[in-house]
Amino acid sequence: MTTTTVVAPTVSGAPHSSGVMSNLRWLVSDTLTLTRRNLLAVTRIPEALFFSTVQPIMFVLLFRYVFGGAIHTDAASYVNYLLPGIFVQTVAFGSVSTSIGLAEDLQKGIIERFRALPMSRGAVLLGRTTADLIRNVFVIVVMTVVGMLVGFRPTTGVLSYLAGVGIILLFAYALSWGFAIVGLSAPNSETAQVMSFPLIFPLTFISAAFVPLSSMPSWLQGFATYQPFSVTVSACRSLMVGPAATGTGRSTEFWVVQSLLWTFALLCVFIPLAIRRYRTRT
Amino acid sequence: MTTAIEVENLQKTFTGKRVVRALDGVSFAVPEGTVFGLLGPNGSGKTTAVRILTTILRADGGSARVLGHDVWKKAALVRTLIGLAGQYAAVDENLTGRENLQMVGSLNHLPRAFVVTRAVELLDQFNLTDAGDRPLKTYSGGMRRRLDLAAALVARPTVLFLDEPTTGLDPQSRNDLWEVIEQLVGGGTTVLLTTQYLEEADRLASTLAVIDHGRVIAEGTPESMKADLGATVLEVGLTSIEDAERTGAILDTLGTHQALTTGTLVELTVDDGPQAAMSGLRALDAAGITPQSFNLREPSLDDVFLSLTGHRTEGQATDGDEGGNEDQSPRRRRRKRRIEQLEEAMPMATGEFS
Repeated sequence: MTTTTVVAPTVSGAPHSSGVMSNLRWLVSDTLTLTRRNLLAVTRIPEALFFSTVQPIMFVLLFRYVFGGAIHTDAASYVNYLLPGIFVQTVAFGSVSTSIGLAEDLQKGIIERFRALPMSRGAVLLGRTTADLIRNVFVIVVMTVVGMLVGFRPTTGVLSYLAGVGIILLFAYALSWGFAIVGLSAPNSETAQVMSFPLIFPLTFISAAFVPLSSMPSWLQGFATYQPFSVTVSACRSLMVGPAATGTGRSTEFWVVQSLLWTFALLCVFIPLAIRRYRTRT
Repeated sequence: MTTAIEVENLQKTFTGKRVVRALDGVSFAVPEGTVFGLLGPNGSGKTTAVRILTTILRADGGSARVLGHDVWKKAALVRTLIGLAGQYAAVDENLTGRENLQMVGSLNHLPRAFVVTRAVELLDQFNLTDAGDRPLKTYSGGMRRRLDLAAALVARPTVLFLDEPTTGLDPQSRNDLWEVIEQLVGGGTTVLLTTQYLEEADRLASTLAVIDHGRVIAEGTPESMKADLGATVLEVGLTSIEDAERTGAILDTLGTHQALTTGTLVELTVDDGPQAAMSGLRALDAAGITPQSFNLREPSLDDVFLSLTGHRTEGQATDGDEGGNEDQSPRRRRRKRRIEQLEEAMPMATGEFS
């Protein structure tokens, strides 16, 4: 037993002082605390680390060497065509972890503890989505390196490439909020996972990610071209390897605007819904 | 003496697939610096009461105050004054013990330097210093509960809520945890404790309320309750139902209450165990009855219920039924949680988001 006693802090932080500035300050600080906590978890759960690194690499190798030979692309080499698609597909799959993480926190009662603490109410969702955003940065760096190793050669310069990465991250962030709703609605993390994949599969595969749109039946092409996932793939492809690679005749600006509009619209819908769900879920 | 916790006519109904009146007009008061035990079986409303008092859940009616502050209207303030530990307030398995304590400290908006020192101090106090930098996944059930309790104490709360702190622990860990809680109380913290174990309530609490179906059915000191109940239970097992009925009739005069006969088992609460045992054996011998088993045991929550309501706690067998492997069996935990979470469909507007 210790004999030292620490003097209780003289509320230097004034936890319940009101005012917009101080609320905002605590929102930021609590969000950072939880972001750190969620990222630490990623490094300590083998499955999470696997999903963040090994799985994306496997997808790159699979499409590059197994399916790639059978898929014909006109304007760019298949590996150049494929990589932007794989990036978006990977972060989209990764956003499912937002739902799993939240469902798990609810299930284990950690959110119960958070609710009894004098912390910012918004920090739980912000901390979770921010952690997933940061994890995505890491994932894209890893995949870029692996892509380069198997022959991926961006043609448009560093700034344009980074703009493409930015588009992917924003889109993934919007998806994270969508999956936050799923996670907050699921009774447990297993169900959250099961509920999430049927939502993400059609979007990722009926898209411009892996095969040229022209190879699909015409009744499918409309959806496959303009759904949010596809326009983001096309925007990235234009930004990373040039607009001709999209095989659509559209300009880079067109796809970038389309993707940003979709991302913005999804955020406008998902964020309020997720917050509402968090408040009503006890 | 000032009142630390004040609950008046608290009501809460969950409307889900099934409408459940979790709290049906509960009232009690806890003076500052004392330990109050809320004793009741699963589903009696204990956890709901704690969740309302810790600002997690909103009551439908009545009032709940902590240190004079309404727990709903002044939720932000109340959260700075309380600590919560127990069956559902979990710790993060992926973080180390130290990281868990520091995280809770940061979320309490305590200065960083204080949080770091406080974590060291708590790990030491709870004998977790050696395990402090290991992830919680490697902790035993008892260690986890100790860390859970430590996490509730990071901000030095004035009022502490312990929701079934030892459910699912082995006797040794339970005893260790009791010692820690006793030390806390010596330090002047007000504690509200929920439990299914009469033994636990008896050991820790200075005042008890027995709760059943969302109502307080008895209140008093553990001593007064045990005095009403009889200190010991005499249990006699017979070979036939006829023998059991005769035995019940013979033993009736020895107990504080009527003997209870269930099948071939007769139970009787008595004041003086050994004395009652001797008289009972003599009387049975004289009547030519040979018991198959003959035991003296401590009264359980079940016995309290029996003496208060005339019926046993519903929907559960004996004491410890839910307890045994709570930590080991996620499915059972989840099922239990689902039952308690009928409120899932309940709209709960938290006052301030962000």
